[in-house]
Amino acid sequence: MNTRTDRRIRIGAGIGAALLAIAFLLGGFVVLLTAGGQAPDFESLALDPYVRAIFGFTLLQAGLSTLLSVLLAIPFALALHRLRFPGRRLILRLFLLPQALPVLVGALAVITIWGRNGVVSEAMASLGLPRLEIYGLSGILVAHVFFNMPLAARLFVSALDRVPAEAWKLSGQLALPSTTVFRLVEWPALKSALPGAAALIFMLCVTSFTIVLVLGGGPAATTLEVAVYQALRYDFDPARAIGLSLIQIVLTAAVLSVTLRFGRDPAGGFGLGGKARRFDAAGPLRGLLDPLVVAAGTLFVVSPFVAILVSGLAADLSRLVTEPAVIDAAATSLAVSLAAACLSLLVSTLVLMAIEALGRGPRQGVAARSARNLLELATSLVLVVSPVIVGAGWFLLLRGFTDVLAAGPYVVVATNAVMAMPFIVRIVGPALREANAGTGRLAESLGLTGLARLVFVEWPVLRRPMALAFAFAIALSFGDLGAIALFGSNDFVTLPYLLLQRMGSYRTADAAGLALLLGLITIALMAIVERGFIERRDIAV
Amino acid sequence: MTGGAAIRGNTGATAALRLDDVRFTHGEFSMRFDLSVESGEWLALIGPSGAGKSTLLDLAAGFLTPKAGRVLIAGIDMTRLSPAERPLSMLFQENNLFPQLSAFRNVALGITPKLRVDRAQRALVEAALASVGLEGFGDRRPAEMSGGERQRVALARAFLRERPLILLDEPFAALGPALRRDMLELLAGLRRRDGGAPATIFMVTHHPEDAASHADRVAYLEAGEIAAIGPAGAMLSGAGDPRVSHYLGLARQNV
Repeated sequence: MNTRTDRRIRIGAGIGAALLAIAFLLGGFVVLLTAGGQAPDFESLALDPYVRAIFGFTLLQAGLSTLLSVLLAIPFALALHRLRFPGRRLILRLFLLPQALPVLVGALAVITIWGRNGVVSEAMASLGLPRLEIYGLSGILVAHVFFNMPLAARLFVSALDRVPAEAWKLSGQLALPSTTVFRLVEWPALKSALPGAAALIFMLCVTSFTIVLVLGGGPAATTLEVAVYQALRYDFDPARAIGLSLIQIVLTAAVLSVTLRFGRDPAGGFGLGGKARRFDAAGPLRGLLDPLVVAAGTLFVVSPFVAILVSGLAADLSRLVTEPAVIDAAATSLAVSLAAACLSLLVSTLVLMAIEALGRGPRQGVAARSARNLLELATSLVLVVSPVIVGAGWFLLLRGFTDVLAAGPYVVVATNAVMAMPFIVRIVGPALREANAGTGRLAESLGLTGLARLVFVEWPVLRRPMALAFAFAIALSFGDLGAIALFGSNDFVTLPYLLLQRMGSYRTADAAGLALLLGLITIALMAIVERGFIERRDIAV
Repeated sequence: MTGGAAIRGNTGATAALRLDDVRFTHGEFSMRFDLSVESGEWLALIGPSGAGKSTLLDLAAGFLTPKAGRVLIAGIDMTRLSPAERPLSMLFQENNLFPQLSAFRNVALGITPKLRVDRAQRALVEAALASVGLEGFGDRRPAEMSGGERQRVALARAFLRERPLILLDEPFAALGPALRRDMLELLAGLRRRDGGAPATIFMVTHHPEDAASHADRVAYLEAGEIAAIGPAGAMLSGAGDPRVSHYLGLARQNV
């Protein structure tokens, strides 16, 4: 085998893997629309007041969630960046947790704090005030802010950290007052991160499924994703499901194109930053306000975690962990997430290697460019076609051939696998690029091919990032509810699905215990990922 | 080390800047600085990369706090004072200007942080811009100026602030040789323009010829300590300390 054959094999395998991923993501719908004769009547759909209401509510809740998350994150990020105290890095680390927490667990935690029988309501009731009503728009907003305010705050803090050190030095030397520092240094930095952060959060909220499913209240508070799920699992109205799915795909594609224009990678947002040193003196007002703002923000983000811990420990954990249903669900979750992570890693790595091989090709013609576009599309298409939508397509298609629920495990594994691809590509891709920039030419000139090239060139560099990506994919799949919500049955129950069932049958103590278990397992997996990120950063420095 | 006695011997009663046994550690690397910059002199600090030159300036300016020792400016202990409270101006290699402000605004920050500038202040700022040869450049933003022009704006602000001590952390390093020479000439003129005592200049440089053309004395920093200090001519001739001549590439081949 010579280097050219090696390159061809790599490109061929990558394109094969990419086509497989794209076929899975779009296959269900393409077949339904072309062969099934089930294309919905778009005109009547667009005039349907119910559809209009759902569309409007999807945009409304996403818009308000984004506005609130960003508006609360700005003062918090400013105060945290100005304050110098030992716990600062810990707070930034805590603010990673909502992103690691399975959404269902977070939603349950929000109910525990802000629900009708929650901590805040109890306090208000004891003061003679009315209890809070969590279901509906307000609950969705609280939960979205819980998940996304920390993300926005981290993006803003890292924007402030990117300010050149000289700007802080100048501010100190010129004794600029805090309003001037805000105008000259802080606001320009925040402004640079603002459109990207807002677009990213809007995107996440438009496609939010679990929170709306759990906290939404009836038709008045339903989004497109949840409506698709309801159309399939409750009303069984395939035409409506297809129509709503297509509207959702168009909407996400539009939002994603805006997000990408603002230059914020929707799968990004990691890093702990925090090296900037500041020399501007705090005024008396700010010296008082900053700690208050930081304390309030931290309390808002940390309290749901404490709630999970407290109510989870109050549950009968020893009975739960020995209950056959729980053991079965945990085993199923583990099997599903392991299979999904393996599949995702394999497909992503093949695609990445093909992209790399194309890059070192002699000519960059139209064919090479379109192959590259195809490969890159495969890795990020899942951002447009969300798991619930993918599942809906296959649900409807498989119905015609087989028992949908029997095919469930395969669809769920595949959906979780494509879900993790954008993240894996961002973890493994840079390392692979580095490997080939470093020793790729040497390997080429030595004629290294096949297994030898893999062992000597790629594997040593990719081992660590691939382990990280694998852990990330397992964690993501372990906590997912989107795909399983459609395909779950009495014979196919994962841990999040079991949790949803117990919540639905008001077995609150069980739900709390399960949420604790699910949260702990997922956060443990994510902790491995995050540690890996820090170590990688230290090596780079 | 060998330089210790010479340094202490130089200590005047009112040195513009004095680092008195200042200790600082950066990870595993520990530094110890003992140095006097005489009032009105131009001292150049040379030495290999990573020797601690920028750290020394940051300690003097108050951007870093020493582990032990004292920083005296004009004879007053300023070890615990913030950068804003120290009577000095520092120029960095880059990012001396706020990118979204015009040249005029950037210079005006030297006398007021307010948005409004009164008539007297406006005249001062315009005079400062003219003194660095940038008359009529007031409306330009940093992105619309060359690297040399940006550093001229920074110089204008530094001299407008009228601090007796000016620290230069290689602000001209990125400029070409001719431009660098021009900037040093400009600086030499500015520090003497009032006719009174010239401003004290303490500059870090990677270019020995810059030190040769303008500095009164040269200090050589190696591995976190002042290894040698002396008149510019003697220090740069290669006749003095062997470490300096080795750094300058003047040492005899003895390998």
